[in-house]
Amino acid sequence: MSRKWIFVALLVLALTLAACGGQKATEAPKAEQPAATEAPKAEQPKATEAPKEEAPAAKEKTVVIGFTASQTGKYNVSSTRQTTGLQMWMDDVNKAGGVKLADGTVVKFKAVSYDDESNKDRVQELYTKLATDDKADFLISPYSSGLTAAAAVIAEQYGIPMITTGAASDATYKQGYTVVYQAYTPASRYLTGAIDLLMNLDSNAKKVAFVYENSKFATGVNEAAKAYAEDKGLDVVLFEGYDPDTKDFNAIINKIEAAAPDAILGGGHFQDGSTFARQLYEKGTKVKFISLLVAPPEPTFAELGDAAVGVTGPSQWEPAAKYTPESAKAAGLEWFGPTGESFTKAYQAAHDGEDPSYHVAGGYAAGLILQKAIETAGTVEKDAVLKALDATDMMIFFGHIKFDTSADAHGLQVGHDMILIQWQKEGDKLVKQVVWPEAGATAKPIYPIH
Amino acid sequence: MKRLFKPGLLIPIAIIIVLAIWPLLSGNSASSREAMFTLIMSMALASSLNIILGYTGYVSFGHIVFFGIGGYAGFWAITVLGWHILPAALLGGLIAALIAWLLGLAVLRLRGAYFALATIGILEAMKALVVNLDFLGGPVGMEMHFSEYKRYGGPMQSLWMIYWSMVILAIIVVVVSYFIKTSKFGLGLMAIREDEDAAEVMGVITPRAKTWAYVLSAVFPGIIGVLFFFKNGNIEPGDAFRLHFSIEWIVMIMLGGAGTVLGPIFGGGVYQWLRKTLLTSPLFKNYQLVVAGVMLLLIVLFVPTGVIGWLRARSAKLRRIFE
Amino acid sequence: MGDVLFTSAIDGLLIGVIYGLAAMGLTLIFGVMDVINLAHGPLIALGMFGVYLLFTFLGLNPFLAVAIVAVIGLLLGVVIYFIAVNRVIDAPPLSSLLSTFSVNMIIIGIGTAMLSTSSYNVDYSMGTMDLGFFRAPGARIAASLVALLTTALLYIFLYRTRPGKYIRAVANNRISAELMGIPSTRILALAFGVGVMLATVAGGLIATILPINILAGGSYELKSFVIVVLGGLGNPLGALLGGLILGLIEGIVPVFMKTTWVPVIEYVLFVLILLVRPQGILGAKE
Repeated sequence: MSRKWIFVALLVLALTLAACGGQKATEAPKAEQPAATEAPKAEQPKATEAPKEEAPAAKEKTVVIGFTASQTGKYNVSSTRQTTGLQMWMDDVNKAGGVKLADGTVVKFKAVSYDDESNKDRVQELYTKLATDDKADFLISPYSSGLTAAAAVIAEQYGIPMITTGAASDATYKQGYTVVYQAYTPASRYLTGAIDLLMNLDSNAKKVAFVYENSKFATGVNEAAKAYAEDKGLDVVLFEGYDPDTKDFNAIINKIEAAAPDAILGGGHFQDGSTFARQLYEKGTKVKFISLLVAPPEPTFAELGDAAVGVTGPSQWEPAAKYTPESAKAAGLEWFGPTGESFTKAYQAAHDGEDPSYHVAGGYAAGLILQKAIETAGTVEKDAVLKALDATDMMIFFGHIKFDTSADAHGLQVGHDMILIQWQKEGDKLVKQVVWPEAGATAKPIYPIH
Repeated sequence: MKRLFKPGLLIPIAIIIVLAIWPLLSGNSASSREAMFTLIMSMALASSLNIILGYTGYVSFGHIVFFGIGGYAGFWAITVLGWHILPAALLGGLIAALIAWLLGLAVLRLRGAYFALATIGILEAMKALVVNLDFLGGPVGMEMHFSEYKRYGGPMQSLWMIYWSMVILAIIVVVVSYFIKTSKFGLGLMAIREDEDAAEVMGVITPRAKTWAYVLSAVFPGIIGVLFFFKNGNIEPGDAFRLHFSIEWIVMIMLGGAGTVLGPIFGGGVYQWLRKTLLTSPLFKNYQLVVAGVMLLLIVLFVPTGVIGWLRARSAKLRRIFE
Repeated sequence: MGDVLFTSAIDGLLIGVIYGLAAMGLTLIFGVMDVINLAHGPLIALGMFGVYLLFTFLGLNPFLAVAIVAVIGLLLGVVIYFIAVNRVIDAPPLSSLLSTFSVNMIIIGIGTAMLSTSSYNVDYSMGTMDLGFFRAPGARIAASLVALLTTALLYIFLYRTRPGKYIRAVANNRISAELMGIPSTRILALAFGVGVMLATVAGGLIATILPINILAGGSYELKSFVIVVLGGLGNPLGALLGGLILGLIEGIVPVFMKTTWVPVIEYVLFVLILLVRPQGILGAKE
């Protein structure tokens, strides 16, 4: 009797689950959801807004852009922003009538994306699917260097051009790839600004501790920064990686306190970085200067409240960044795409006045880079687009974009530069200020923070 | 030779061959090749684990440790020593077998739940160790320079080569599994499964038999690890030693039937097919784990012998066909 | 050096008590019915989210929420016992390992679908306690005290109450207990419920001090395995000791070497103890 009963109960459970399988998760993570949550998403902007001035005979062609996004998992905050940015670009370009090719064909873009769950082995499976089943013409990288390294292999195996964004690690571009192009400033130049600022502020600050996530990206950043710091005569008193899943930093914080550094540099991605900052504060660790990767530039970092005050972090881009058509002209570069001001305004209008983070800008920039290459090539034919990407040397609102074309580091970003931000208190409100380089600073840095 | 032409051996081989040539027949060959690769790899992995788990009754929970060890050894040989993939794959298998032999001497003394726990401990210890080994890339693992594929005629040819190697390997695993099952050695293993003390009394040299079963079940995952990570172009501790993946092999075995030759082939295929279907269906994407869990629970509670075991128990005719 | 050792040791002991509490749930179930509960980690995670939801949406004090979570955990444990464990209680170990693992998959699956695998924080702070020689967040100290209290209550339950004594009797020898008129199935279900309750309470306490996600229980499950083996499978007091030892290892080892060596030491120790002293370091049996 009981045996049958359990069987029936389990069957009912299975069926119920099947029935509610269609419902979307209701519990939204803290960051706002992007427009895109359903996977596989095939948001085809209706081609009703045909370019008005075009002759009706103009052919239209839809180009498929494939990527995965971490809708869930540890990268979801930053990845979600990146997808939002990319989607903004796609809406903008499609609304503006698409890209006109040399032969008069009008190209419109269509995104196909899946949720990679911040999980590396899903990435290769899904990019293979994008390359084969979905016949993607171009690829955009997932968020994070680790996931991108996995996706880049697939892009290269199938020879599909890929613009990477949110993926700074240098190592990926030294694997002999020929179709992968980096939008971000590479990891090796991430923390050098923080070290420059520290030395500028306090010539007595000698002892620095590097505590970083054991990920491709953070390891790359910190190894380069350590070499830079030692080069500048600083004393590296602690250099240690922690597991990406670390939730309890107590043991490491004790170790930091024992080493008594003037500055703590390091971190990794959003989740571990914000936890680290929070626990440093809760533990009451006294240190003069903190600079962490990825987490501080993110607007939600402000949720840490007092724990965020004084924390600095390198940023790829901030709304205050001054890249304009004029500065492009001054630098002798071609300007392309919208201004930072109009990008920021458009984002704020759609997100209750919140400032876009650099991950949003990076997503948009990846789209722009691709768009420019297609326009220059005048075709969507891969070889021509790759040639155009190689020749890219332009200024966009995100900054200067130019790729390394040598065989050793093909696709590595060589144009773009970083800035450093710090959370400061203005009355009761936390505000993100640019503190380095000095020329672009919006406020004086708080130093020492304790 | 007569043993070769039994349906018990021919059916699983036929299944693998039919699946293997499917990409050649279907329109989109790259996409179905990838799907079949996952399917056939799972079959081979589940069949290997079945030797120690199904025949011998030792629940090796962390069996993926051999996949990881082999993968790392082979990957290191390819990227650092510049070896060709085939000797590197054999090296991976060899190192996995060697480590299985050494570990087996110690942990196979444990029985039941203690053995299962020990294999989890070994897996986690190995993963944590590799994170600290700088010559294996430490926590971020190793990447293979893309030009490595040129040696085999470019990435497409490399992918096909890996695919066919996997097919051949899967067939070898099935043959080995079949010969163990129908041999005196296999009989000894099954005696250990039923009652280890009694088996010892009846003249089975249990430590030796168990160790051999462990080594045989480790060598193939070791080779497969090399093929898999060569195809991926990179290797990291988290992927190489993922406990969850090795538990999936157990689920495949249980689905098909532990201790049968055909069971893991059937279970591996059905499990991966189901997973792929659920994963890409928007309706079930989020619930694939739940569906797999409910399925496993139903099997464990109501059909503990698995589908093939159940069929075999139903009729004598099927017992002659399915081994 | 002395200072950092001292602070690290106290920090380790503070978290070790909570590890020990989680492991007690696992070891109690094993001791009573020889079942290794592979759903342990997800149940810890459920405890975390129980506290998170009660705190965030009902505004309950997290430590009060832990008490509610305990009751839910007990009931959930009994339900899981009857669905997944009762039928395989006398089957070979593989069956109960797999049936509890399937519960693991079901919980993680539903949890991932509803909560995603992203991180959450219980935004609750009790300030920083500064004793001069030692500083720690207040919530951490409070959580450890609650864990100690729960351990004491478990002991009173097992040794001073009738159902507790029944549980020990069934653990000792189920057949004779049945002959003495103890309803063994109901007692087994109760024991499973108490084991799950301990896991959820531990999860709830962890949620008050550390960030959580649905997969976070997994690492505490692995720690529980190590602790349980250190203290002897089936020995709740041993689990407390094992938890303290593990906490000390995690606190002190990083002083001398990189933190990434900590898990290597833990798991090697785990396998070695299984091999040479499976009854645990306290174990008097055999």
